[in-house]
Amino acid sequence: MTHFFVLLQKDLLVGWRGRSRLVGLVTYGTSLLLLFSFALGADSAVLREHAAAYLWVALLSASTLLLAQSFQHETEAGALEGLLLVPVSPMALYYAKATANLVLLLFLAVALFPLTAVLFDLQGGISPLRLAAVVTLGSAGLVGPGTLYAALTARLASKQVMLPVLLFPLVIPPVVASVKGTQLALTGDPMGQLVSWLSLLLIFDLLYWSLGGILLGKVLDE
Amino acid sequence: MSEPVVQVEQLSRRFGKRWALARVDLTLYAGERLLIMGQNGSGKTTFLRILATLTQPTLGTVRLFGADPVRDPWSARARLALLSHQPSVYEDLSARDNLRILARLRGIPDQTASWLERVGLEDRPEPVHTYSAGMRKRLSFARVLAQEPQLVMIDEPYGQLDPGGFALVDGLIREISERGATVILASHLVERASRLTERALLLHRGQPRWTGEASRAPLAWQTLHEEAR
Repeated sequence: MTHFFVLLQKDLLVGWRGRSRLVGLVTYGTSLLLLFSFALGADSAVLREHAAAYLWVALLSASTLLLAQSFQHETEAGALEGLLLVPVSPMALYYAKATANLVLLLFLAVALFPLTAVLFDLQGGISPLRLAAVVTLGSAGLVGPGTLYAALTARLASKQVMLPVLLFPLVIPPVVASVKGTQLALTGDPMGQLVSWLSLLLIFDLLYWSLGGILLGKVLDE
Repeated sequence: MSEPVVQVEQLSRRFGKRWALARVDLTLYAGERLLIMGQNGSGKTTFLRILATLTQPTLGTVRLFGADPVRDPWSARARLALLSHQPSVYEDLSARDNLRILARLRGIPDQTASWLERVGLEDRPEPVHTYSAGMRKRLSFARVLAQEPQLVMIDEPYGQLDPGGFALVDGLIREISERGATVILASHLVERASRLTERALLLHRGQPRWTGEASRAPLAWQTLHEEAR
């Protein structure tokens, strides 16, 4: 556990020291949301209907950049090999990295949400607690497999292409559940469907995070 | 005699169709110092990476501290250090931050100020990405000092250093050796590195070409070059 906390602190410190990259991600997400809202036109009902989907498309796109960066820090000066020789277990490495990526993605979601509310004309009826639960579980569903694939593609010349190619098919279920859950948290949940979507997200999170912790060691072998 | 620190037999490694390392035998005991010579692509780095448990051999056996590192790399990793071409640090953090993290991960007392002073980086609080190549090399040595390993492997110890750095590195290698660590240097600067070592191994196209006392290494190195011409 000590290694997990030291590595988590290290990853957050690296994220903070390189915060200009984080600002870049927020700008990128903002640009996507602006484009989507302009493409939909001025119809408030249409905008509200699509807000959740476009928020998650923006988060998914930005997350691939965030994930790729997270392992770039490890490979650019051989830091990953240094960690393996400490020695740090791949499992501690995975969970620390995935948790740090989750924190940074949640920061991105918090930064993008007010803009989403303005651009997509979201009004009252939003449940902040439910929204927070969906965004947290949905983000975990992205960074779980994303962290593993970021490690897998970190040493490839074409990592910027390969990461989304590998990741997107795997995250379709959590993204769909996140969009549905976010929509319910934004517009109301008269039929009580949100719990089902949250449960689905939780199952995928547990599956992906368990597999990620086990498989990172194999990925890092050579 | 005590158990060897390093014992390799017929060690070979293939990348695709090319044998990067072929049939290397070597035994090293605690406190011994070995120089590995060889031209670019001769297998020096591959050999060091196998000993560091970062690359697995294709054929042959390797034992570190009496155990098989292919089956269990973890116990060996805790006792060795590899100083490679890369400094194994986080570029966005300072030297101090990097060493503090290493100390906490290793569970050793934080003597960052002392480690940095010994490599001449005590007054450099900037992120590592602003450092010159020579400063990064010094930071790599600070990492080795912090870890106090029993087996130290240094790939090109003089690479990217200025003349002042050469003397500093010589002093650091002597210090590491005086602590009782087994030291393996892989270097092109044979004349200089041979003064710090007792034994030498010349690799040529992945195969052991010559082995003997380090004092005779410059001659063996020169002979190889003359044959290559």
